[in-house]
Amino acid sequence: MQTVKMVVTGPFSAGKTEFIRSVSEIDVVSTERKISNVQEKSVKEATTVAMDFGRITVDDDLVLYLFGTPGQRRFDFMWEILSEGMLGFVVMVDSTRPETFREARSILETFRAYAPTPYVVAANKQDVNDAWEVDDMRHALRLDSKVKLVPCIATDRDSVKTILLELLYSILNEMENGEK
Amino acid sequence: MALRGNLRDFTITQLLNLINLACKTGTLVVDGPNETAKVAFREGKLAYAQIGNEDGGLASILHRAKRLSTGQYKSIRQGAPHISDKELGLLLINAGYLSQEDILTNLQQHFTDIVQRLFTWVEGFFHFDNDILPPNDRISVHLDLENLIIEGARQLREWEQLQDEIPSLDMALKFTDRPGTNMRNVALSVEEWRVVSYINPRNTMRQISSATKMNDLEIRRIVYGLLQAGLVEVIRQEGTTLPTPSVRVFPSDNKQEQKSLVNRLINRIRSL
Repeated sequence: MQTVKMVVTGPFSAGKTEFIRSVSEIDVVSTERKISNVQEKSVKEATTVAMDFGRITVDDDLVLYLFGTPGQRRFDFMWEILSEGMLGFVVMVDSTRPETFREARSILETFRAYAPTPYVVAANKQDVNDAWEVDDMRHALRLDSKVKLVPCIATDRDSVKTILLELLYSILNEMENGEK
Repeated sequence: MALRGNLRDFTITQLLNLINLACKTGTLVVDGPNETAKVAFREGKLAYAQIGNEDGGLASILHRAKRLSTGQYKSIRQGAPHISDKELGLLLINAGYLSQEDILTNLQQHFTDIVQRLFTWVEGFFHFDNDILPPNDRISVHLDLENLIIEGARQLREWEQLQDEIPSLDMALKFTDRPGTNMRNVALSVEEWRVVSYINPRNTMRQISSATKMNDLEIRRIVYGLLQAGLVEVIRQEGTTLPTPSVRVFPSDNKQEQKSLVNRLINRIRSL
């Protein structure tokens, strides 16, 4: 059996666990713990402390694993371990919380430093009224026009499929460019 | 008990506070990431500071502050290589080149700059030696620490923010592709122009800071301004080889098999 993996990263409460949950064929193996920090607790009740783990069986011979990283900086020792051998990665950004954009940018740069693999930035929670527009987010996140910034609703399977496909197209594109 | 420890546990701000409140006399030695600093105090006041291999002599300080011309500096170094700072100070005052106030102001500024650089050090070991005082041939000052501590704390906050924005100086810079922008119409300071003149995908920010003789804080501050103005972007240095993942990404090294694998993944995701 061959296995490949992709990593889903992003700041605290960006929607990484929901993203994996939407497409994984197994119940996501999650390492969520109740939040003790009062400020973080106002955003959500539990957070990932080690990793989330989802699986998509491609065929008899190939399995894709999806790893979600913990969003809080104090667990960032896990990031490098999880990034080893990844095909590519998705950076989830909560479009309704501009105060996390700087952290998202920093996480993106950290992962780019770990491995020069393709990536996609997912502008999550686009179904929420006060979500930032994708173009505005591109400026705020200081993303080059070549970087894929794709609207996303992590709880919607089709939306998650679009993000994963965009990442796979980028991987394929890079392989083809590498051959030229 | 000896005052010694790690900057991770006891910051420069806390150390200066302690020295100030306890009116301590002696020399604080800090082994930082790349160099060692020695800062002397008399009864809780800053007396003298020296960092790394920097020439901390009066002639050199006045030359860097442009109070002595290169010609004057060279003639002092060649004509009187062993003259003490105190002797040189008297000579300059008697010759009417500089006043005592000029000399003290420049020394205070130099020592203050060194202490402010220390505020950005978060790694390293320190110890305070009660018995060591500034060398006898050097001129010492008598500077209150309160303002330095306040300015240092402010600088530390700024430093932390800038480090979040620009985590590594080993990245390069390039001008953003904005055809409508004419750099000549942008109002930049002299320092910013100095940095701009070195912007090239082959130069890391560390190389630029070295070429422009700026410290980490100064280069970060200028790059941050240029980034915010949308004039430049941070990129990986041209010509550097990217790190190779230590673990295999694909089960096979064959390019065709790898492409086939990605296509299988695409088909599977589409069918979900």
